[in-house]
Amino acid sequence: MDFDLNEEQRLLKESIDGLLTDSYDFEQRKKYMKEKGGWSQAVWGKLAEQGLLGLPFSEADGGFGGGGVETMIVMEALGKALVLEPYLATVVIGGGFLRHAGSDAQKAAHVPGIIDGSKTLAFAQLEKNSRYDLFDVSTTAKKKGDGWVIDGEKFVVLNGENADTLVVTARTKGDRRDKTGIGVFLVPANAKGVTKKSYPTQDGLHAADITLTGVEVGADAVIGNPEDSLALIERVVDEARVALCAEAVGLMDESLKTTVEYIKTRKQFGVAIGSFQSLQHRASDMFVAAEQARSMSMFATMANDFENAKERSNAIAAAKVQIGKSLKFVGQQSIQLHGGIGMTMEAKIGHYFKRLTMIENTFGDTDYHQRRVADAGGLI
Amino acid sequence: MDLAFTKEEQAFREEVRSFFRDNVPPDTRRKLVEGRHLTKDEMVTWWRILNKKGWGVSHWPTQYGGTGWTSVQHYIFNEELQSYPAPQPLAFGVSMVGPVIYTFGNEEQKKQYLPRIANVDDWWCQGFSEPGSGSDLASLKTKAERRGDKWIINGQKTWTTLAQHADMIFCLCRTDNNAKKQMGISFIVFSMKSKGVTVRPIQTIDGGHEVNEVFFDDVEVPYENLIGEENKGWDYAKFLLGNERTGIARVGVSKERLRRIRDLAGKVESAGKPIIQDAAFREKLAACEIELKALELTQLRVVADEGKHGKGKPNPASSVLKIKGSEIQQTTTELLMEVIGPFAAPYDVHGDDGSNEAMDWTAQIAPSYFNNRKVSIYGGSNEIQRNIIAKAVLGL
Repeated sequence: MDFDLNEEQRLLKESIDGLLTDSYDFEQRKKYMKEKGGWSQAVWGKLAEQGLLGLPFSEADGGFGGGGVETMIVMEALGKALVLEPYLATVVIGGGFLRHAGSDAQKAAHVPGIIDGSKTLAFAQLEKNSRYDLFDVSTTAKKKGDGWVIDGEKFVVLNGENADTLVVTARTKGDRRDKTGIGVFLVPANAKGVTKKSYPTQDGLHAADITLTGVEVGADAVIGNPEDSLALIERVVDEARVALCAEAVGLMDESLKTTVEYIKTRKQFGVAIGSFQSLQHRASDMFVAAEQARSMSMFATMANDFENAKERSNAIAAAKVQIGKSLKFVGQQSIQLHGGIGMTMEAKIGHYFKRLTMIENTFGDTDYHQRRVADAGGLI
Repeated sequence: MDLAFTKEEQAFREEVRSFFRDNVPPDTRRKLVEGRHLTKDEMVTWWRILNKKGWGVSHWPTQYGGTGWTSVQHYIFNEELQSYPAPQPLAFGVSMVGPVIYTFGNEEQKKQYLPRIANVDDWWCQGFSEPGSGSDLASLKTKAERRGDKWIINGQKTWTTLAQHADMIFCLCRTDNNAKKQMGISFIVFSMKSKGVTVRPIQTIDGGHEVNEVFFDDVEVPYENLIGEENKGWDYAKFLLGNERTGIARVGVSKERLRRIRDLAGKVESAGKPIIQDAAFREKLAACEIELKALELTQLRVVADEGKHGKGKPNPASSVLKIKGSEIQQTTTELLMEVIGPFAAPYDVHGDDGSNEAMDWTAQIAPSYFNNRKVSIYGGSNEIQRNIIAKAVLGL
């Protein structure tokens, strides 16, 4: 049992923290937001230069063979700096499908571009009525010759505007809520029949609603088994949840730090408002919530390697519950303790609150995961 | 980073677990499971079994009978002890006065007291709180005056846990009225059988008798019963209170209780089916289990940190353990109340004196719920813990 980082991991943390300190303060972030697709190619290039985009890929695939802890370190740092770039969509999720089930040819076609920063991906999964159930898929993929024809609508696809390749879930067999008959397809974003409606999201990222109309792809577009890929999707989405937990921990750390600094300097009645016990206790409760979240983020990171898929999913669901509760408390109270200034676009704290809030509603909210843990027989 | 216990640690857990299985008297275990109070005999019997095994004062230095375990081994031992469950060693002797004596006492005192603490030949109680000194402990007024080779002690202590069983007390007494309030306090130990010591029971809302008022009326104590230096008692008290860090979360206790809730919820019916099949109840139970898992991990982080970097100064993370640990313990007793529903009401007129062994398992659920309100008050109330976090961690 050991919760410390090893030497290499410490260096990784220093290097990404250093990079983001130099190139990602709140003012710089505002500029990146206005670039095409809502994030900075230059920053993405720096992440590639430091090897961060290749971190979780195996050495055979040209990566660095990093594990869950390495991804945790990166996601925490990205959270702390409120980073806009599509690391989750490209490296964690898109890359995750390739790592877990991509063929050699698929990896050769996509991984080098991810690692050198020339390609980004997006995960087209959410549908109008699917909410958080990954098996609820209405988009269809029908066989045509050797290839497939895909039809359907996907929503809130993060990085959908900029991505070169879409990873699309589609039903090859059965009814909308069947657990079998789901496949995963690599679809070029510029394929005929793909239309996108792009927009900024509440937390400053960019997403797109994507319509696929008679989109034809070859047999080589299929990742894994086209008729039975729910387990694969769950695996990769679990990794995304773990990554989001770590990002949320970074966001909470920074929110707490910023808030404590604020109440130390903001004066009312002739004294710093941080000298009032009601505010001190609130801040202490925020600290407790953030520490509980950090513990569960670490737990989820380690649970990601559990061999038993049920145990893995249960542990990660539990982590998402704790993170959801903690982030709501820390986020809301950060605004409260900032007072009026916390309500303004100008102050950075509100932007942390918004990103935290959106994380709760991504890949299952607190209630959803709490129900999962309850139905799985608990956690003791 | 690695969550797994080593093979050796897993083997150790098995060893501890099987020792408890073979050696904890079944009645003692049953009473703990049902939330009843144990008799003095039941506790002492078990502690002597533990001491004979060499595990009575496991965290003491080896020269005084400790085991030399790693911090992870201590964690495992505590978790197994709490979740079996078996009575925890008497904290007042083993975790509090013992370490003060072997750290600050003289050789004579070590020889005289330590073996008797280990074997519970002396039952110790704690003379800290006073009617006017709760969270503001340093304002205490109990006075010890030097008269020749004696101390003359006058004053009153309160909330003195299990003083009705005690042979010895360690006491914070004011020995210098002119110094700043923390500076004029001394740490003095003496026999509860001394002339002038009166113990009066305080009945708590659960109907139990755990705590007492203790009065000192011209109690004569030999001068050599002073531990360490005169007027340095506050330092020793801080050392004593900071010593107990990770056990405070009582993760094992809550785990055991959650297992019991799950078990009972499969039997007790609500709306014609076991209450565990009620989605709202099940989710509430899951919510508590998740909180506990997070707390367990937080505790392990502190344990691992101590193992690596030594105990050093008190870790403010222990305040997190106290706050969450007490909240979760209280939630588990609330969940038990929910399971038992209207049958929480009947009052067990026989109390915990063991006179009605056949009394049904429901009898202690409400008292245990009432009794557990204490856990967010004692040991530095949760509000004091929040002050500590604000000051020591956040710099407010």
